[in-house]
Amino acid sequence: MSRPQHTVAASVAALASGTVSAVELATEALARANAAADLNAFLHIDAARTLAEARDADARRQAGDAAPLLGVPVAHKDIFVTRGWRSTAGSKMLANYVSPFDATVVERLRAAGTVCVGKLNCDEFAMGSSNENSAFGPVQNPWGNAQIGARIPGGSSGGSAAAVAAGIVPATTGTDTGGSLRQPAAMTGITAIKPTYGRVSRYGMIAFASSLDQGGPMAHTAEDCAMLLDAMAGFDERDSTSLDSEKAKVSIWRAFSDIIASKRPPSLGFEGLRVGVPKEFFAEGLAADVAIRVQEAIDTFKKHGATLVDISLPRTALAIPAYYVIAPAEASSNLSRFDGMRFGHRAADFTDLNDMIAKSRAEGFGREVQRRILTGTYVLCHGYFDAYYLQAQRVRRLIAQDFQAAFQTCDLIMGPVAPTTAWKIGEKSTDPVAMYLEDIFTLGVSLAGLPGMSVPCGFDQQNLPVGLQIIGNYFDEPAMLAAAHRYQQLTDWHQQQPGGAK
Amino acid sequence: MSFDPATLARIANLARLDIPVDQLSRFGAEMSSILALVDQLQGVDTKGVLPLSHPLSAVSEMALRLRPDEACADIDREANMQNAPETENGLFLVPKVLE
Repeated sequence: MSRPQHTVAASVAALASGTVSAVELATEALARANAAADLNAFLHIDAARTLAEARDADARRQAGDAAPLLGVPVAHKDIFVTRGWRSTAGSKMLANYVSPFDATVVERLRAAGTVCVGKLNCDEFAMGSSNENSAFGPVQNPWGNAQIGARIPGGSSGGSAAAVAAGIVPATTGTDTGGSLRQPAAMTGITAIKPTYGRVSRYGMIAFASSLDQGGPMAHTAEDCAMLLDAMAGFDERDSTSLDSEKAKVSIWRAFSDIIASKRPPSLGFEGLRVGVPKEFFAEGLAADVAIRVQEAIDTFKKHGATLVDISLPRTALAIPAYYVIAPAEASSNLSRFDGMRFGHRAADFTDLNDMIAKSRAEGFGREVQRRILTGTYVLCHGYFDAYYLQAQRVRRLIAQDFQAAFQTCDLIMGPVAPTTAWKIGEKSTDPVAMYLEDIFTLGVSLAGLPGMSVPCGFDQQNLPVGLQIIGNYFDEPAMLAAAHRYQQLTDWHQQQPGGAK
Repeated sequence: MSFDPATLARIANLARLDIPVDQLSRFGAEMSSILALVDQLQGVDTKGVLPLSHPLSAVSEMALRLRPDEACADIDREANMQNAPETENGLFLVPKVLE
């Protein structure tokens, strides 16, 4: 196929030169989605709606509209509510929910010209690291095969990751509360960025843990992520934590392009770039294959001029208990809105109002969501609040301070995204705590509200992708994206495609 | 601390989750292992450390932005009610609250 299906940048160029139309790109993306239905990446496809959007994009171009992403097919994680589409959050609770409004991210990406190809599978309410917690079945990692078995795509943005990795659409949206953009990107060999907390509006993003949730793009390249994030980010008065500082107003794409055009590091090399390597990220529990690939990636930066700095993030492991107090506490509060009254699942049989609420919730929520609601309710209880919730928030501050201390001696921090590559579907699904431990390298970044990326950096012995995590200080997304872009000019890991895909 | 059946029942009631009887013991065991994990926080010395709720407050204090508490008409009533389990004459139907 000669179509520019793989990257956003190639699609934009082909659309602008008139060699392809938005309708053609949308039609091909829909066909690929249907052909790859076994992946279970898409929860909802509405070809008529997609093609109408594509025709609209072509008409806009005819009329002289120069929106940056005009006609580019994308798909949204089903955490983003989308007017007229079912918006389920991967939950039986919202199985039939059709959104009466658009999330800000959806609205902004449509204004930028993108065409929505469908809604993507995810862990229920974004709670999970494997996509096995979706009420609508697990997603297959396109890198799995008969020889090594069916593999998880990571989570919670597993459908978003699989759809890009399989080449169905060049980019998708995802959300990250404790690693849900970075970890699935690593497991499927694609690029993703979780921005600084507050960059991307949470309005219309079905809430999990409000002080952690951030939307972001998933694509093959850092350049594509820069284009997408630029369209997604920006102040929104409908989100009380949306940032409107001067730093937040700088265009991510312009700042990224300026760095690339400056011919100064890291546009050509990495001279002057100080890369912090936290020793806690290379400790026991990290798979040998992953350690080797990540070290090779860091060495590539060194070879091209970067200075490596030994740093310490001493509370890396403590991020796990802190996160698994704070996130469930916020989740138990956010999910209290699901009561079977105005929207969502309502139990068929009940005795009174209270019984209706309790039965609707027990039927509508899956096990992991119920575990987190119970954990959150417990830690917020009178008598436990100080010992768990406030203590976790104090540890959160210490973790954030550790990162600030590290950034005194380095510009970017690099290490693994996850301790292992994609595991087999079903392998860890019976032990919730085993799954939680997989999040060790991503949770601290989330608790600190820092931007974090995953960049493909090679494969393990089973040919499963490994991701390099790049962590920046607040608002440093342009520098992170530029460093990743330069790395992708030096390597071709991001161009590898799974055997099953065209 | 282990999550005994009485605690589980109390928390499940507070969380408005009607957990079926046959699932109580498995939930209890899972909750005990989650609590064992989060109990690692108890040993951390946090004397004098302020709780952090907004992550960017780690570098400079962030205040939540509030909007004026004003009535507005940006809700499409009909579209909103299409997701309701049961309605009548533009009202949400729920079981009787007061006898």
